[in-house]
Amino acid sequence: MNADRSIAIFLRIYIGVVFCFVFAPIVASFVFSFNTDRFPTIPLGGFTLHWYETILSDPDVWDALRVSLITSVTVSVISTFIGFCAAYTDFRYKFFGKNAYLALALLPPTIPLVIMGLAMLAWLSQIGMSGYIHSIIIAHVVMCTPFAMAIIRIRLAQMDPSLEAAAWNLGASEWRAMSNVIVPFALPAIISAMCLTAAVSFDEFAVAWFVSGLNKSIPVIILEILQGQVDPQINAIGTFVFIVSMTLVIVAQVLLMTRTKKEAPA
Amino acid sequence: MTAPLVEFESVVKRFGNFVAVEHLDLAIHKGEFVAIMGPSGCGKTTTLRMLAGLEQPSEGEIRLSGKRMNEVKPSERDTPLVWQTLALFPFLNVVKNVEFGLKMRGLDATARTAKAMEWLERLEIAEFSQRDISQLSGGQRQRVALARALVTEPEILLLDEPLSALDAHLVIRMQGVLTRLQRELGITFVYVTHSQSEAFAMADRVVIMSNGLVEQIGEPREIYREPVSRFVAEFVGRNNIVEGAVSHLSRGKVALTSDIGTLVASKPAKLQAAQGDRLSFVVSADVMSVSDAKPRSENVVQCELISEEFIGSVVTLFLEAGPGVELKAQIQQRDIEKIDTSPGAKLYLSWPSSNVHILPQPQKR
Repeated sequence: MNADRSIAIFLRIYIGVVFCFVFAPIVASFVFSFNTDRFPTIPLGGFTLHWYETILSDPDVWDALRVSLITSVTVSVISTFIGFCAAYTDFRYKFFGKNAYLALALLPPTIPLVIMGLAMLAWLSQIGMSGYIHSIIIAHVVMCTPFAMAIIRIRLAQMDPSLEAAAWNLGASEWRAMSNVIVPFALPAIISAMCLTAAVSFDEFAVAWFVSGLNKSIPVIILEILQGQVDPQINAIGTFVFIVSMTLVIVAQVLLMTRTKKEAPA
Repeated sequence: MTAPLVEFESVVKRFGNFVAVEHLDLAIHKGEFVAIMGPSGCGKTTTLRMLAGLEQPSEGEIRLSGKRMNEVKPSERDTPLVWQTLALFPFLNVVKNVEFGLKMRGLDATARTAKAMEWLERLEIAEFSQRDISQLSGGQRQRVALARALVTEPEILLLDEPLSALDAHLVIRMQGVLTRLQRELGITFVYVTHSQSEAFAMADRVVIMSNGLVEQIGEPREIYREPVSRFVAEFVGRNNIVEGAVSHLSRGKVALTSDIGTLVASKPAKLQAAQGDRLSFVVSADVMSVSDAKPRSENVVQCELISEEFIGSVVTLFLEAGPGVELKAQIQQRDIEKIDTSPGAKLYLSWPSSNVHILPQPQKR
């Protein structure tokens, strides 16, 4: 009894420590982004928005933001669409080599990013498509589609397989069954996949750095600022990126959770 | 007689090497309530799915109102199905679920809502029209599924074990709802089930299937009293089957020498049997009489009581009539008090020869 209790307490402390370890750097970055001192030292200096002003007055940052937004929005739409198609194929059809198909479709995230970036650069420059915004988009779609597919696949696996046939049975053509039954059923997962792929694309540095040429995305510009001078501008922009990504990921998570709960059998 | 609404002609369905339906000839008439019954894997659900167009027959032809349906897509048939899982759309509320079929037929929003509400009222669930499916009980969901299937006013309704997920008391109630609906609407119901009580309670005709083949088609009473094969006799009801060799044939009677003595049955006019032929006698458990003292009548067998099963007003006794020969007798609760029911008690079973059904001799297929 007593041993159980002390184990429980120990485990709680352990979890607390893990969370501290994970979030301390982010919190530090957040705090120092409002600090007047140029270097991160304690005690803190005064409160300032100076670093945010510096960032926002830098036209390069605005360009990077534009590139990142265009990329992540486009990537989220395209990779979610392809991911949905791949997940639906898995849900609906049985065919020879299906396991190989699934393994291949889910493979890209396991490739080290540097390798992926290099390969993308080599391939895209070979076909003369390197150095544009759409280069980043192509590369990111390859990386993000498996995430979208995985999320939508889980959702479709929760679906009663007779639902689609029930729609046909009630007079829906295959296309209408798709738009009236499959898509509405998978909608929380679809939106969730869009948020998540947008977040992945928005954050991703290595591949973007290789293929982007002059179209720098936000993570690429962060590295450039870092290489130029070390000051809390980095913290400011880092905080911004963190908030965008976390918002997207949290929205994705909440959507998946609420939907599943609501449909739990009464 | 008018042409049948549904015709299966020499229909075969294979899945790879597995033959789900081996050879099906079946005609279903307008307004009939037909139940297809059999153990799982007998091909009954496949038959229903072929009628809905969800499976294509490998051979043969399926006709609906005389028109060949083999290649017609499910969405272009008017054969709504009530699914075993109900398959209600969880992202739509009750009324939107019911409207679905009308929406697919291109009815405008007000007309279809009005129509859907009509059906919800008819099935006494109008008050739940705005609820989510997850907020309904099993019985209410069942009614939504029925309303959704019937809202397009089809000529035929297919039902795939729709009551299998319900509690026993709800099953009885829904049987009433279904029977009443079918009578009122006058449309054809094709009802697939593994439950004898559901099939016999509702259907005009019952089709018994086993291993992809039709064993018997007939009215419930006919199937119950006059099974055509050992399979049907064993599958349906509480039947005792005794096999033996014909020892004596007279004008009105057949006598059989079996492991439990000589048994007598009335001889049906069309029975073609000679002395020495092997026959099977079927005696339903509910025509058995049980007594302590040896009765002075025909077909008396002395048995030892093994166990009893009490289900309300009737009791089923399991008795051993000889080594390895078990007989069942179903008697009224009030009659059981007159006899000794301690395990191992010696009891006499008897039954009138007029209540013996003789199985047709097996034909070579």
